[in-house]
Amino acid sequence: MKPAPFEYLAPDSLSAVVEIMSENGDDAKLLAGGQSLIPAMNFRLVQPMLLIDLNKVSELDYVISNENGELRIGAMTRQRRLETDPTIARQAPLIAETMPHVAHPQIRNRGTIGGSLVHADPAAELPVIMVALDGRLLVRSNSGERWISSSSCFQGIFTTDIKPEEVLIEVAIPPMAPRTGWSFVEFARRKGDYALIGVAAVITLDNSGHCIHARLVYLNAGDTPIEAQQAAAVLINEKLSPALYREAAEVADAAIEPTANIHASVPYLRHLSRVLTVRALDQAATRAMQKIQ
Amino acid sequence: MIEPHNVEIKVNGQLYRGNVEPRMLLSDFIRHELDLTGTHVGCEQGVCGACTILFDGQPVRSCIMLAVQADGHEIRTVEDLSSTGPANDLELHPLQDAFWQAHGLQCGFCTPGFLMTLVAFLEQNPQPSEVEIREAISGNLCRCTGYQNIVEAVSIAAQSMFGEDR
Repeated sequence: MKPAPFEYLAPDSLSAVVEIMSENGDDAKLLAGGQSLIPAMNFRLVQPMLLIDLNKVSELDYVISNENGELRIGAMTRQRRLETDPTIARQAPLIAETMPHVAHPQIRNRGTIGGSLVHADPAAELPVIMVALDGRLLVRSNSGERWISSSSCFQGIFTTDIKPEEVLIEVAIPPMAPRTGWSFVEFARRKGDYALIGVAAVITLDNSGHCIHARLVYLNAGDTPIEAQQAAAVLINEKLSPALYREAAEVADAAIEPTANIHASVPYLRHLSRVLTVRALDQAATRAMQKIQ
Repeated sequence: MIEPHNVEIKVNGQLYRGNVEPRMLLSDFIRHELDLTGTHVGCEQGVCGACTILFDGQPVRSCIMLAVQADGHEIRTVEDLSSTGPANDLELHPLQDAFWQAHGLQCGFCTPGFLMTLVAFLEQNPQPSEVEIREAISGNLCRCTGYQNIVEAVSIAAQSMFGEDR
């Protein structure tokens, strides 16, 4: 229950981090909040030769709103700040509302947005929220920067499109379209536990109340965040109603692949998914309706 | 051979200077190097909350932080809560006193973690509801009390620390 020995560096600039990673990417591990990495090191499931601590890189801790309404969040921004920052609450309320589901206050005081995204735990909330909000991830290496869409970033359990020498530096969230509603619901056995299953819904309506955009993304329903595109398509061009929510939830059943565990069988998880989908769509659509004059 | 790192850490108001191996957990550093054994180590995987301390004023789990990460920072442990009274006697912090009054502990193993979590919580939320208290302690496990007496202790502490008739 103690980490294996490792070399430790704590550079105070991003350029120094990128430099170190270009030379040691395969043997090094970046330490962000450490709320998943250090437990894994305590268990010796992860034994890096070199640990590069990002906590002194203060230039990666920021929340900025662009002139075009795009939200840009530095990779080392703490989850506690995502929960409390007024800019995030105004421009991406789905992020702020989801944060209380992420573990406990002590964990969110340390945990970061970037750490959670690159860890890519299928049971984690932030990757699901990024896909639901169509966020993009900016990574940097010695050969330059590139953007990764959240829909292509998550490739498997604990696996992303980010290369070993690349460093995640920023997340960008596009501005919320007018008449957009959102919801995140999950079921966990105790407050702060990993959820059995969960779903994020984002719905945009036109002025007449017809749905013009819908997205449903599931947590702990497969190896990555699972986007149920065919279920969302059920809602497009329709006036939304509880019957349609139930229909979308049935269609989403084909997209998800929950696995049984000691607490829940697959039929139970599928039932839970349908119930939560209807609740999420109802809340998201209600919020979108309230924005129609 | 891994070189130790120099660290300078403010611990309960006093500056500590020394060398630590990078792999030393902050919880082990507090207990074994500083001999502050009030901080308890339960699960060593960030689940039980017994090792909670204040890191720059915020509650964190010290078993999933490295001691070397505390370099240049300030930590507070449960030893810093009580104070010495006029007759050189120990004066409990109002929160500790409330735990005593409400029987908010039995074996006491989890108590330091609860106290450090709740000291910060009450500063942010001086008049918490029962729901808010239960949410605040969701990251701390207690196997004795069933939590009810802990929740009562927090209500008593909030009243004695921030109530109108104090």
